[in-house]
Amino acid sequence: MRISFSEWTKSGSPWVWLNAGAVAISIIMVVGLLGLIAVRGLGHFWPADVIQADYEENGKQHTIIGELVDREMVPAPQLRGAGIEVPEGVEAMARDLLKVGNRDFGSADFIWAMDHFITHIQRPAMLFAAERLEWGNFYGYLREVKEAGKSVGHYDGYDKTQEYLALWGEFQQRIDRVLDIREQILTIEKKEIGSINYEIERLRLKERRLDLDQSTDTDAYAKIDARRKELNADYEELQKRLGDLYQQINRDTFVAEIADGRKVELPVAKIVRAFLPNDMGIGAKIVHYADKVWEFLSDEPREANTEGGIFPAIFGTVMMVILMSVLVTPFGVVAAVYLREYAKQGFITRLIRIAVNNLAGVPSIVYGVFGLGFFVYFLGGHIDDLFFPEAKPSPTFGTGGLMWASITLALLTVPVVIVATEEGLARIPRAVREGSLALGATKFETLWKVVLPMASPAMMTGVILAIARAAGEVAPLMLVGVVKLAPSLPLDGNYPYLHLDQKFMHLGFHIYDVGFQSPNVEAARPLVYATALLLVIVIALLNFSAIAIRNHLREKYKALEM
Amino acid sequence: MSIDQTTAAPPDLDFTTPASRRLRQRRMLQDKLAAGGIAVGGVSVIIAVVMIFFYLLYEVAPLFESAKVEPWNVQGKPMVPYTQPGSSADTLYLAVEEQAEIGFRVSGDGQMTFFRAATGELVDQAQLSLPEGVEITSFALLSEASRIFAFGLSNGEIRVLKHSYTATYPNGVRVLTPVIEYPLGEAGIPVADGPIEKFTITNDGDRWGVVAASGGKLGFTRLAMTENLFTGETTVERSEKDLPPLGINPRKLLMTPDLAWLMASAADGKIAVVNLRGTPEITQLLDASEGQITTFRLLLGANSLLIGDDKGKLSQWFFVRSDAGAPELTHIRDFDHAGNAVVSLTTEQRRKGLVSVDQSGELSLYNSTARRTAFNESIFGGPVGQIALAPRSDALLVEQDGKLSFWHVENEHPEISWSVLWEKVWYEGYSEPAFIWQSSASNNDFEPKYSLMPLAFGTLKAAFYAMLLATPLAICGAIYTAYFMVPAMRRKVKPFIELMEALPTVILGFLAGLWLAPFMEANLAGIFTSLLVIPVAVVGFGFLWQNMPERIRFLLPEGWDAALLIPVVILATWFALGIAHPIENLLFAGDLRTWLTNEAGIPYDQRNALVVGIAMGFAVIPTIFSITEDAIFAVPKHLSYGSLALGATQWQTLIRVVLPTASPGIFSALMIGMGRAVGETMIVLMATGNTPIMDVNIFEGMRTLAANIAVEMPESEVGSTHFRILFLAAFVLFLFTFVVNTLAESIRQHLRKKYGSL
Repeated sequence: MRISFSEWTKSGSPWVWLNAGAVAISIIMVVGLLGLIAVRGLGHFWPADVIQADYEENGKQHTIIGELVDREMVPAPQLRGAGIEVPEGVEAMARDLLKVGNRDFGSADFIWAMDHFITHIQRPAMLFAAERLEWGNFYGYLREVKEAGKSVGHYDGYDKTQEYLALWGEFQQRIDRVLDIREQILTIEKKEIGSINYEIERLRLKERRLDLDQSTDTDAYAKIDARRKELNADYEELQKRLGDLYQQINRDTFVAEIADGRKVELPVAKIVRAFLPNDMGIGAKIVHYADKVWEFLSDEPREANTEGGIFPAIFGTVMMVILMSVLVTPFGVVAAVYLREYAKQGFITRLIRIAVNNLAGVPSIVYGVFGLGFFVYFLGGHIDDLFFPEAKPSPTFGTGGLMWASITLALLTVPVVIVATEEGLARIPRAVREGSLALGATKFETLWKVVLPMASPAMMTGVILAIARAAGEVAPLMLVGVVKLAPSLPLDGNYPYLHLDQKFMHLGFHIYDVGFQSPNVEAARPLVYATALLLVIVIALLNFSAIAIRNHLREKYKALEM
Repeated sequence: MSIDQTTAAPPDLDFTTPASRRLRQRRMLQDKLAAGGIAVGGVSVIIAVVMIFFYLLYEVAPLFESAKVEPWNVQGKPMVPYTQPGSSADTLYLAVEEQAEIGFRVSGDGQMTFFRAATGELVDQAQLSLPEGVEITSFALLSEASRIFAFGLSNGEIRVLKHSYTATYPNGVRVLTPVIEYPLGEAGIPVADGPIEKFTITNDGDRWGVVAASGGKLGFTRLAMTENLFTGETTVERSEKDLPPLGINPRKLLMTPDLAWLMASAADGKIAVVNLRGTPEITQLLDASEGQITTFRLLLGANSLLIGDDKGKLSQWFFVRSDAGAPELTHIRDFDHAGNAVVSLTTEQRRKGLVSVDQSGELSLYNSTARRTAFNESIFGGPVGQIALAPRSDALLVEQDGKLSFWHVENEHPEISWSVLWEKVWYEGYSEPAFIWQSSASNNDFEPKYSLMPLAFGTLKAAFYAMLLATPLAICGAIYTAYFMVPAMRRKVKPFIELMEALPTVILGFLAGLWLAPFMEANLAGIFTSLLVIPVAVVGFGFLWQNMPERIRFLLPEGWDAALLIPVVILATWFALGIAHPIENLLFAGDLRTWLTNEAGIPYDQRNALVVGIAMGFAVIPTIFSITEDAIFAVPKHLSYGSLALGATQWQTLIRVVLPTASPGIFSALMIGMGRAVGETMIVLMATGNTPIMDVNIFEGMRTLAANIAVEMPESEVGSTHFRILFLAAFVLFLFTFVVNTLAESIRQHLRKKYGSL
């Protein structure tokens, strides 16, 4: 059936199609966004090929070595404006972003290069990439490995030969040794010396406390002194061991040839990982990929958060969310039960219900301001005055920290739990309650044994939604205790194990900080995508589990809902 | 189920055994305890939540409190005015040091006395030593904050002195020791040939300037001090200039620290302004007052002149560039003042504030920026002599009839008034009144600019552009999903879009700032062409589909059109981005972005309102979509069936029947979406440049209230005015979203009731 355009328009069909278009656009935007994060986040860990090529610009030619990171089309007028010759009739030209690394030998570790200036692209098998503790990635050819200044092998060619592989093996072996020693150093520095320092600080505070109380207990002073001496002795001992280890770790060096032909000598001690990306098979790449993902999830950040892992941020987020849910669940449920089961239903309860409902819509930054003013400065300040006068003037609870952040977020999410629980309670048929009461149960017994179990799906949903909201919230946390780099985890082996006053790292804030406050945004960007992906996955999982739990429990009590 | 007919004998139960009675009592107690516990818990949670409101109010309230001035307490009792310490000669200068413990008085005979400010007990005394036959003829104060003052002598010399205080802590108790210092050496500095009748002195680092009047002539002396780094010796380089006759008989002279301007006041209300640069010349001769000028002083920072007269007018003047480009001393504002002559005036040392006492003994505390009178009360009963304000503005020393009284001043936040927050204010150094937010700067005499207007404007601008994107997409999407879409698809689509609500905004902000902003800058033309191409493509495809042979058309059941459109939209976008470059070449000299800046003169920031609009629009789409969809879906089906049965098309039914019924719900969805856009922090923080400008240009950034809090709160000093203003911003956000949401909520409840009856 053919219809004319005007007839078709008259029926209003174009509007229906436009409405359908809106749905399509929304879905494309959502999928596109998730896809973008996933592709960029996951792609980061894949070992990219390292290319070697000639680059000719303004008549000067030089060799470049690097990873191709990005390519974009630049319109011709823009290029002409920048003084680059563009042939007539060409509208746009490709420009490549190359990660050339070697920040300590060149100027920048990322460069933009015009694609058509790049010629003779090769992927030499023996070109190696190394991740380092500082200065970012290193790219070059291995030339020599030295032990305590003496050469233990060298090679000058560019081809894959037995000789080169032998040298490479030697190099890898030494990296493994360095990694091993570094592990030991870290254990001593973080764990052993860390706990000694912690105890010395506690002793100092104890002593200060005695001073403040004007105590005359010479015994106590003597005890503190004795213990301090012991600790200092331990400390000396550890320092000596550390000194030894540092000497050992700095034993080896290697010489490598970089893009401009220079030979540079570097300590093996600074290498985290070295690999031959162009020589890797698909299996090796997968292993490398898994290794990198694991590092990302389990390691601490390096290089101003632009390299390494995000474990402290994951840990901080989880800790805060757990503490928050421990706080928010009982309070939210009690408030909902009171509103629905105990309070007299009337105008006031309706008013409160609307108010609580609307608090969920109050901007989160307002909660942050409240948390900073009331919890941190007011409550925290008073707690310090009362319980921690010895630590003054440095604040203990009078500054942002894990506890205040959790409480602030609990306050932020309590309306969510109240609203969800109330809905659950409202759905339970009157007959069920009356049946229980008719059998002689008290109101509390009815509540505890009948009503609450039936309302549990709603409660769980509320709590999980609260957790999902808390996990993604950043603005209030910026005011009440999140930092870009926390020196230690809020949970460790030092008494009292859980440090509620400590500042912590957070995934959401990590994204903001690394993406926007980092000195090297280009290098940090892939990591931010990966972090964002992780956060999205965590929050999506939480939401899905809320839905699943709700469905499961609803199924369980379906028989009751007549 | 059949009912069991067999009747069993009642079990042999005894409910009155002591054990069961105990059990019953225990259960009753448990029940009561639980009821009490739940009530207490529930009420306290609700109180805690409500407390946010009151706490914000509690932090904001001090901003609007007026000042308090009370006699200083000495051992729990108000102090009693005491006879002024030192000689009985006239007081030239009074001062109070930082801690408000020690007062300082300079009298006409060159005696300098330090005393306990609250009791008058003598601490130390010094006398200016003068050669035989030389007398003090005049006196000048450099500025309150500098603590530097100078005597003009009958031999044409001046002596420059400074009162200083050093704190020591013997036995853990603070002891203040006052000293007199000589910043330019103890010897006199010749600045005139005859006795100095009046003079003014100023300095800026190592440069000093003195203008002295002697024998009807004015001379300007410049001193530049250079210290030799190796020997530590100071060499003074001096230069002199004669000034032209002022045409008035100067009573008081003032000079700006940059040694550029001299201002002189005459008794008849005239002031003369002299440009001291190059060859000194008189640039302005003004009638500043209809009566006689009684007080003539510079405000903190020495940018503003304060003039009080015997008609009771108190006004502020500063230099503003005229249309010709030359700075002109301009009348800026008058302070509210009763008609009595202003007799005494002093300025605050850390803020742009001033204190005046008039003929009737009325004390007024003003802030110049806020044009606010923080205190106004007649407490002295008559005119007073010198007055001095402590550096922290917490104490006031007043001379009256040879006696001194010491007052405690509580004036925490004078710089805030309604006009500062919401109206245009003429700030020092600006050519006209403006809305400006600039909360801190590096120097001490900075004039804070606390206008909330640019922030409120930025907030609404961001929300407006976000709603511009979100409203059509969310509402059209919701209409289709609720009304046209097949249930199977609806069950998938709705949770999917709602899931987006849980997406952390920090991720949206990060993508907007790091991915979308550069992408948009490179593809600006593409964005605009796709706005045109996509709707055309969708409608065009719809028409084509309608005209397809039925064989193909019926492959897809009705209500799945949206799925078909997904590839269409993707292709259309791709096409739009593709044709963008040729269009740019044709119309915009190859690059829209540079064309905008160079040809159209529209500034372009990479992180602009368009980026924020898209990112934040994305964040509010799920909110609006979800509520609108519910509202449309809840419209009873028999209404639309009735309409369809009467021959209306689907679209007519939707427009005439369904949407009007659902409109309150849609309105409430928009309100809630708006509330979310207004309070959103992370997206605007990351996707704009956070510059507090007031410009509707879609290609420029903004700073919102929420982002401003996030940026400035961590650095703000607790309890300071800035801190409280940020609380005020939070309070404004709280109130706005709360009111909007409440309105939306009540509309929704009303709607629900209405449908209940249908």
